Amino acid sequence: MNRLSFLIGRICQGILALFAIATLNFFLIRAAPGDPAAVMAGEAGAVDEKFLQVVRLQYGLDLPILQQWWIYISGIARLDLGYSYRQQASVASLILERLPATLVLTICAFVFSLVVGVTLGVLAARKPGSLTDRLIGFLALIFYAAPMYWLALMAVLIFSIRLGWLPAFGYQSIGADYHGLEALLDRMRHLVLPTLALSFFYVAIYTRMTRANMIAMSQMAFVKTARAKGAGETRIQLRHVLRNALLPVVTLAGLQAGNMVGGAIMTETVFAWPGVGRLMFDALMQRDYSLLLGAFLITAALAIIFNIITDIIYTLVDPRIAL
Amino acid sequence: MTRPNLLHKMFSRADVWLATLVLLVIVALAVAAPLIYPKGPWAMGGRPFLGPAGDLRFPLGTDTNGRNILAGLIWGGRVSLVIGLVSTAVAVSIGVLIGAVAGYAGGRVDAALMRFTEIFQVVPGFALALVLVAVLQPSAGSIVLAIGVVSWPPVTRLVRAEFLSLRSRDFVYAAQLQGQSSLRIMFRQILPNVASPIIVMGSLMVATAILLESSLSFLGLGDPNRMSWGFMVGASRTVLRQAWWMATFPGLAIAVTVLALNVLGEALNDALGSQSGKR
Repeated sequence: MNRLSFLIGRICQGILALFAIATLNFFLIRAAPGDPAAVMAGEAGAVDEKFLQVVRLQYGLDLPILQQWWIYISGIARLDLGYSYRQQASVASLILERLPATLVLTICAFVFSLVVGVTLGVLAARKPGSLTDRLIGFLALIFYAAPMYWLALMAVLIFSIRLGWLPAFGYQSIGADYHGLEALLDRMRHLVLPTLALSFFYVAIYTRMTRANMIAMSQMAFVKTARAKGAGETRIQLRHVLRNALLPVVTLAGLQAGNMVGGAIMTETVFAWPGVGRLMFDALMQRDYSLLLGAFLITAALAIIFNIITDIIYTLVDPRIAL
Repeated sequence: MTRPNLLHKMFSRADVWLATLVLLVIVALAVAAPLIYPKGPWAMGGRPFLGPAGDLRFPLGTDTNGRNILAGLIWGGRVSLVIGLVSTAVAVSIGVLIGAVAGYAGGRVDAALMRFTEIFQVVPGFALALVLVAVLQPSAGSIVLAIGVVSWPPVTRLVRAEFLSLRSRDFVYAAQLQGQSSLRIMFRQILPNVASPIIVMGSLMVATAILLESSLSFLGLGDPNRMSWGFMVGASRTVLRQAWWMATFPGLAIAVTVLALNVLGEALNDALGSQSGKR
């Protein structure tokens, strides 16, 4: 199998998954208590009958179920995710507006957790059983076990409320009217805590995996060879051991990238970060199911795209994989 | 495989002892909740916003409505533990069923079931769980269902891989020659051989399920009739500035429980792993 057909296979798999999710959404609307039109329009009773009629007509709710399904799926294929009666806007436009914030947050957290996790893993693996190793191991255990939203709140308690170093929520300072570099710095300050919060869990798993792989790789014959040839210890650790230990970590990171998008729902809710995750939470609170299910579909699409991108990077990093 | 040897191996480590002790205390408190706080977690007994250690009746303080935080913690543990266990049982059942059929049947059935499993693996689990609970309305049943639905794929992959390798062993051929039904061979002959890795995976999954449940409750998608740790942290969000203890203690309870379960699960994994290595 060459790289191209592998890629095409992955994309087909992704499209199949999105198709399955759209179908699931279709059936969920019908599984929810109440008239499907009212469910799609959001909070029953708050919607006027005229709008419900429009929804019934548009989605053919008096037609056989298979036809209804076809109308729904083909609508989604045209990127018509429905209309949010609550917000008086199309679901697609609402999501598109929020997408950049989510992308910034997840990409920052992805890079940050990978860099910090691998660094901590390498430090811990230098002397297994040492104080540094045990300290890092303990930290990783805590980050792995503690709920992300709780760590986020604790970070707010410490860094925003007690120390006053960083803003506790939002995307930028309201009413500050910053320009140019100041505005950028202001946004970066707002990004710090959400990025940290979203990263904790992933830092833990990358640290543990890097450490385990580094230790396993150090016992391989090629490391002995490098040492016998007189290579310096730092060079051996970084060029020989780390390079090989990194591959499974990258695979894991690819698998986790999708989950990170899901985790962003939590982070964005805690920090009032104006992304798709926060939009999902708001939709949830207002029982705006069209918006909720649309955002769910887009979240899944993002996860799939992230997975495919890391797969591509993986084939580039590891020349042994001919695919 | 001898059990005493396994237990001996596990309990030679201090952290395993500590984790077991912690879990036993949490379970005992959860079971005894109606005896310790008979009025339940919702009783408003004190002054609102009472800090910890201020009043002996409320050692961990009170919340915005004067409810006892410690009572909430002890009652909330019941929800976390029960939902963690039941939803894991659901996930393991789904996973074993699909994995066993895929691995034993092989061929096209296997390929189709694995495509199906992959779809669930690429969808962000938390988002799916959230949507399921939101649309089906929050209740203990819908939460268990949602956690089960998003957690089964790893079990399926594990069981399938084991079944694939075990189905061509002699004892399976012998059973087939005896004329045993496929169902009987799958669940009476092969499955017992896969028990140890499933138990290890299940014990770690309980921890993940507890985290998932608490996240859903935090967002207000918990069972509205039952106090839970996630709900308590969620309720504290708007008053974080005034009442740090409201967020801190329930979160700590979740972290400690999950940590203890993880330590036990991994110790079990090490012990069973080295056992099967000796065989």
